[in-house]
Amino acid sequence: MSLRGVTVEVGGHTAVNDVTFDVEAGTLMGVVGPNGAGKSTLFNAIAGLLPVRQGKVTLQGAGQESGGLAYVPQRESVNWRLPVTAMDVVMMGRCCRLGWFRRPGKRDREIVNACLGRVGLWDQRSALMTELSGGQRQRVFVGRALAQEANVLLLDEAFSGADVAAQEALVGILQTLRDEGRIILLATHDLTNLTGRFDRVLCLNRHVCACGPPEQVFTSEVMEQMYGAHGVGLNSHGEP
Amino acid sequence: MDFLLIPLEHGFMVRALIGSILVGVMCPLVGAYAVTRNLAFIGDALAHAVLPGIVFGYIVGVNPAIAAVPTGVAVAVLVRTLSRRAGLSSDTSIGILFATMFALGLVMLATARTIRVDIEDLLLGQILAITPTGVYVSLGITVMVILGLFAFHHWLLFTSFDPLGAQVNSTRASVADHAFLVMLALVVVIGIQAAGIVLVMAMLVTPAATAYLLARRFVSIMMTGAVLGAAAAVTGLYVSYYFNVSAGPAMTLVASGIFVLVVLFRPRATPA
Repeated sequence: MSLRGVTVEVGGHTAVNDVTFDVEAGTLMGVVGPNGAGKSTLFNAIAGLLPVRQGKVTLQGAGQESGGLAYVPQRESVNWRLPVTAMDVVMMGRCCRLGWFRRPGKRDREIVNACLGRVGLWDQRSALMTELSGGQRQRVFVGRALAQEANVLLLDEAFSGADVAAQEALVGILQTLRDEGRIILLATHDLTNLTGRFDRVLCLNRHVCACGPPEQVFTSEVMEQMYGAHGVGLNSHGEP
Repeated sequence: MDFLLIPLEHGFMVRALIGSILVGVMCPLVGAYAVTRNLAFIGDALAHAVLPGIVFGYIVGVNPAIAAVPTGVAVAVLVRTLSRRAGLSSDTSIGILFATMFALGLVMLATARTIRVDIEDLLLGQILAITPTGVYVSLGITVMVILGLFAFHHWLLFTSFDPLGAQVNSTRASVADHAFLVMLALVVVIGIQAAGIVLVMAMLVTPAATAYLLARRFVSIMMTGAVLGAAAAVTGLYVSYYFNVSAGPAMTLVASGIFVLVVLFRPRATPA
């Protein structure tokens, strides 16, 4: 994945400006920044949901036609009123592999079952999404991305509504997927425990403040660029 | 059983029964999506917006149901286009189109001197007067919508649950969204013949909403809604026949009565 000078406007205002970075296959990257930093906007631009005003996003082998990119939106964007089970949601990942009139076949069901097993939710496959915890819901969405056979995963605020144990379980699954060669970008507000979880961290505040290994990027200058005077008090690991 | 069979000795009553069953089944099948996607208002708007098509049908001597189909489909597509082009919310676009088209229909009705149509029949429906052509149109639409629901089911479920994720997954998501609006418009055309412009929303929403309280999974909601809708439509038809009241209001009241009973005595609580 490569972004070169990407600028995106939302409602006539520049939401992210001149963003440039590369991500190698097999990378788990955290995207951090304050509210309004443009994390979701950047994800939307990478996913093709928002037009890029300037610059270029290159996704090798993960175009929309191939179903190679999977997007997990913030929980507010999901219609929780629709009563669907964990299995229904993972099956949605097979949509791009089905023709209009083709129903999911034996192979699709086998893939869905395998994906539910990989995210540790086989036992909850018949549970409605509203009956699952925040962490379990995120794992279902990751299962959907697996069923889609996506090479690139974008997870927006994936830690929202998940406790520390649930976050660790999710990160464990994502690290396994990373080891299989996928690119995973996860936007989060949570600056704690980034070291050890992510290979690289992109610090964003409408522009790229820093991009690199988590143990190196959180300098005082970067924290100040992201959070102003409040950021100076945070240490080099992004912890208060 | 005689009270059920005797009315069917009349040809018009057989046609009305077929029309009622089609309305009762089809409205909740599509209405289940409308209810869970918070799109019930679109159904109401489409019903009002097809009035110019119906009036045009009367003017040129074409079955009004046939004339209403292209009007409904055009308005459904216009809602999406207007929202995107003008950057307006769907609600605002629907509000503008719904009022404009309904007003146009009323003006056409007032100025067309060659036709004699009772506005009350248009607003409240007149299933007892449904013509053989009207039944064939309803049957044709039913086949098309069922095929559409079958073809688009997985995509409609995806776009209804996670519109952004679906859009990223494939451009087919957008096709499915457009197809849903077209199917909604088609079902509204069937519904108008039975329940009229004003009350078609009741058949679209009430049985599906009742089923939402009873069933656990989405497909079960569709099926339960279809059974409840058919029961309400047929019961309403017989009430209309025996008590000489308009079928539309009778069907609506039966559907609402079932809803109230379910709210009061439903076996399990479901988040609304």
